[in-house]
Amino acid sequence: MHPILKLVAQRLALSFLLLLAASALIFAGTIILPGDVAQSILGQSATPEALANLREELGLNEPALSRYFSWLGNALQGDLGTALTNGRDIAESVGYRLKNTLFLAFWAAVVSVPLAIGLGLLAVRFRNRWPDKLISGVTLASISIPEFLIGYLLMYFVSVKLGWFPSVAMINDTMTLGQKLQAIALPVTVLTLVVLAHMMRMTRAAILNVMQSAYIETAELKGLSGLQVIYRHAFPNAIAPIVNVVMLNLAYLVVGVVVIEVVFVYPGMGQYLVDHVSKRDVPVVQACGLIFAAVYIGLNMVADIVSILANPRLRHPK
Amino acid sequence: MSDPLLKVRNLKIGATVYPPGEKPHDIEIVHGVDFDLAPGKVLGLIGESGAGKSTIGLASMAYGRGGVEITGGEVWVNGRDILKSGIRDVRSLRGGEVTYVSQSAAASFNPAKKIMDQVIEAAVEHGKFTKAQAEDRARALFAKLGLPDPDNIGKRYPHQVSGGQLQRCMTALALCPEPDLVVFDEPTTALDVTTQIDVLKAIKEAIRDTGVAALYITHDLAVVAQVSDDIMVLRMGDMVEYGPTDQIINAPQEEYTKALVSVRSIRHEEKQPSATPVLTAKKITARYKGTNFDVLHDVSVELHPGQTLAVVGESGSGKSTLARVITGLLPPSHGKIDFAGRSLSDALAGRSREDLRELQMIYQMADVAMNPRQTVGTIIGRPLEFYFGLKGAEKRARVVELLDKIEMGDGFIDRYPAELSGGQKQRVCIARALAAKPKLIICDEVTSALDPLVADGILKLLLDLQKVEDVAYLFITHDLATVRAIADSIAVMYQGKVVRYGPKSQVLSPPFDDYTDLLLSSVPEMKLGWLEEVIAHRKMESAGN
Amino acid sequence: MKNIPISAMIGLFFTGLYFAAAILAPLIAPYGMAEVVGDVWEPASSEHLLGTDNIGRDLLSRMIYGGRTTIFIATVATALSFITGSVFGLLAAVLGGWADQAMSRFVDLIMSIPSLIFALVVLSVMPVTIPVLILVMGLLDSTRVYRLARAVAVDINVMDYVEAAKLRGEGRGWVIFREILPNALSPLVAEMGLRFIFMVLFVSTLSFLGLGVQPPAADWGGIVKENKEGIVYGIGAALWPAVAIATLAISVNLVADWILNRTTSLKGGRG
Repeated sequence: MHPILKLVAQRLALSFLLLLAASALIFAGTIILPGDVAQSILGQSATPEALANLREELGLNEPALSRYFSWLGNALQGDLGTALTNGRDIAESVGYRLKNTLFLAFWAAVVSVPLAIGLGLLAVRFRNRWPDKLISGVTLASISIPEFLIGYLLMYFVSVKLGWFPSVAMINDTMTLGQKLQAIALPVTVLTLVVLAHMMRMTRAAILNVMQSAYIETAELKGLSGLQVIYRHAFPNAIAPIVNVVMLNLAYLVVGVVVIEVVFVYPGMGQYLVDHVSKRDVPVVQACGLIFAAVYIGLNMVADIVSILANPRLRHPK
Repeated sequence: MSDPLLKVRNLKIGATVYPPGEKPHDIEIVHGVDFDLAPGKVLGLIGESGAGKSTIGLASMAYGRGGVEITGGEVWVNGRDILKSGIRDVRSLRGGEVTYVSQSAAASFNPAKKIMDQVIEAAVEHGKFTKAQAEDRARALFAKLGLPDPDNIGKRYPHQVSGGQLQRCMTALALCPEPDLVVFDEPTTALDVTTQIDVLKAIKEAIRDTGVAALYITHDLAVVAQVSDDIMVLRMGDMVEYGPTDQIINAPQEEYTKALVSVRSIRHEEKQPSATPVLTAKKITARYKGTNFDVLHDVSVELHPGQTLAVVGESGSGKSTLARVITGLLPPSHGKIDFAGRSLSDALAGRSREDLRELQMIYQMADVAMNPRQTVGTIIGRPLEFYFGLKGAEKRARVVELLDKIEMGDGFIDRYPAELSGGQKQRVCIARALAAKPKLIICDEVTSALDPLVADGILKLLLDLQKVEDVAYLFITHDLATVRAIADSIAVMYQGKVVRYGPKSQVLSPPFDDYTDLLLSSVPEMKLGWLEEVIAHRKMESAGN
Repeated sequence: MKNIPISAMIGLFFTGLYFAAAILAPLIAPYGMAEVVGDVWEPASSEHLLGTDNIGRDLLSRMIYGGRTTIFIATVATALSFITGSVFGLLAAVLGGWADQAMSRFVDLIMSIPSLIFALVVLSVMPVTIPVLILVMGLLDSTRVYRLARAVAVDINVMDYVEAAKLRGEGRGWVIFREILPNALSPLVAEMGLRFIFMVLFVSTLSFLGLGVQPPAADWGGIVKENKEGIVYGIGAALWPAVAIATLAISVNLVADWILNRTTSLKGGRG
């Protein structure tokens, strides 16, 4: 077997292992805690009967390990259980909301990825001059402001004062794509701002790292123009680190989505999760946690695999 | 005489420096240099680090590396001042009329592209050849430079060929566009001596056959003497001496040049072995964890009190591994070490404090061998405190005494390593080793990171200290000149084995085994025509076989 | 200390200002934290410099007390994260072997789940009190400090001067505290600034989601949550904490940047 396939296979296996361990961790995080889950759900004033019923319903009387395996087994078959608060099937609610969240994240990525790479290149091109300094200043500012505040600032000025876009991002299936896009314009903008800074900064660093290599000097000393040097010599080596940057930031985007959905009252996974955390609806929280972890681990895995595939030393072994 | 190809007048070069704790500021690193280079001639630029030789070489391509900027003067190439040329003209110059060979070909080749594409790129880009013509020319150059399988080596990626081969590919890259001038920037410095001689020969023949002119930059006068017609000696950005190679080597005028020519001429009388050795390594075999081959195989050596055993070999010979085994950092899989009349434990943890005290070590890179957060006083004082329990004034007095021994004053006691020069740092490391009053000091390539004159000073100091302190040295080096200067006995290592071992006079006298012969004959000598002699000698031998 | 750049001076000044306000909150706040002193969302006036909040409390007083809570939680959580992370990180680097493997793989696992999501999962069953918040935030974040501390210490541990100390026969204590720690400290301290900012953002986010500091106590994230409905009516009360968090974070960032630059130049800079 080609050594690179072996490495990729190893990385895939590692991701599955990691996901398995993460599922155990999420499960453990909700049971191995001081006190009793049923008590903390129902509060101090709960009657003993109610507590006993809830324990029965949650299966708390069975050993933790067998509960974990039956939960995991069901989850693998697409059965995420039922919500405690309204008795609905979790998989069904999650399916609809996951679609909405991915819709939001997708458009945020479509806007932010090309923008970040373009601006990153611009920062390198004008290194240590005003465009670069402006970009790094904006970066510093935007990593210092929490996502929800960027959201409210935009909402206050763009939506309330200027009235350009709706302040809440309600969407439903009857809307056309255009209507949906208008509804999510503000949250997409906020998400873009949130990941843009990181992505730009990391792109800039990745390209600079390549540009400082000796082989770039060799290319310059061949009399190639600046664009040729970048296109022929920097680009083939920068592509892997940039894809890596993009993947890591998409993973970051997934987390940012949680908060932004709450700000704009968007019917996605994030809001669903936060709602049910406050209601202490443990099955829902476990299911959402598992899905977020899976997406996060998956994106990180893609980043690693791209690095492996792009490494000439691995692709063309001795 | 024809018009010079390259004419440099009053060249001044500046750089921005970032000293710790101060604002960045500009300094001048080359202070007005003049020289001419006729077509087809080779000029050697020689000097120690900081002399400005690479900077001058790159200036002939109107290029400044990093924060370096050409601040004044003229650089004429083919009849025009390239410092006043537009960017288009400079681009057609770079890679067309003037090309460059760097010290590290491994870093200078793009890892993501095949060798052939990189070799022909400039020639095609500047319209000198079509792609097919350039590839033919590249294959011819590969053959001329003695590369194996010249028809196919271009299809490989840079990491798939060895360092010496890649350096030759870099020379092919520079020669492919038929330039008028090639700048060679320390092209053989990173190579082992036995590889260096082949690359040197390849470069010299390629220069001769293509009739190209060259600037040959190096710190090694013996190397540059083999290839250049003229030599310019540089020091701290100033020209010291400039003349024909014969005059510089055989009749240097300036003191500094004389010192460079006579470097490594330390004479050391070999001592007779005593009855009982201080160190005996018996049949040592060792391998690193997680590997499946022996780095050391059946190595046995002896070292007598107050004497020096030089362990010499090229990279990968296992000489540094031997040091790790003796210090206990790498327990051997077989074999035994006796030290000062007792048997040493294999592992560091099993050794007594007395064992540790009597066996000290000095490293190649002095700047990482000292904790940057400790003062010279702390660094030298710690062994005194640790082994002898010295404190306060008593300790300080002893530190001052040690500083005197290494020819540095007590003014250095409160300085940090970052405030010392390279030679001073190595001296402090010597003092730290001496502070333990050892019987044996392992010196691991202690002079190879230093400029030749500084290295000479360190070697002299070590020899003087040996007489006074009666300490034995296990001296690990790749440099045979160093070996000649200080050894009493020599072990030649090759691929994990000792291939030749004995008193210095015996090891360095014929008859030789094949490897020792190759190694000894590969060390450049400070005389004209040495390279041709060696090559002729080798041709004769191989014809004889 | 002479050559403090202007940006670091500004950073130091504002950081100091915020910490002073946090410590002296009861002295400088014009009204009580939970005291209802006026109408709902009164505009700024001479009595209420920032106006009043969603139930008529003085916004400035609430901001000052809220800052106190935010800074307190962030500081303690940073300290916890730092001590845990760097102790285990240094230990992993020096011990090596299976201890290092076990700790590092465990940290990989924790970091494979986004920390906000993990915090939400844990907080769904834990009582949300300030000590619990500090513990959850501090421990989750210590994984990042662990990685940095371990990486820095591994780099130092292979330096020749550490090997020289081991060959001299020095004990583990000397190697850790005299050889490794002094050289690892500067990058760690610079990182501490960034961790602190992250903690401020983290606790604000949790409070904003309603899972952090519980009413009637206030922190900056909570003030946003309480006043967010006002935004739709064009009332900017929720934006004041934004200004506070951003200026604090930027100030600390400027200081951290300066410390980091100073450390790199100690190593000899680029020259």
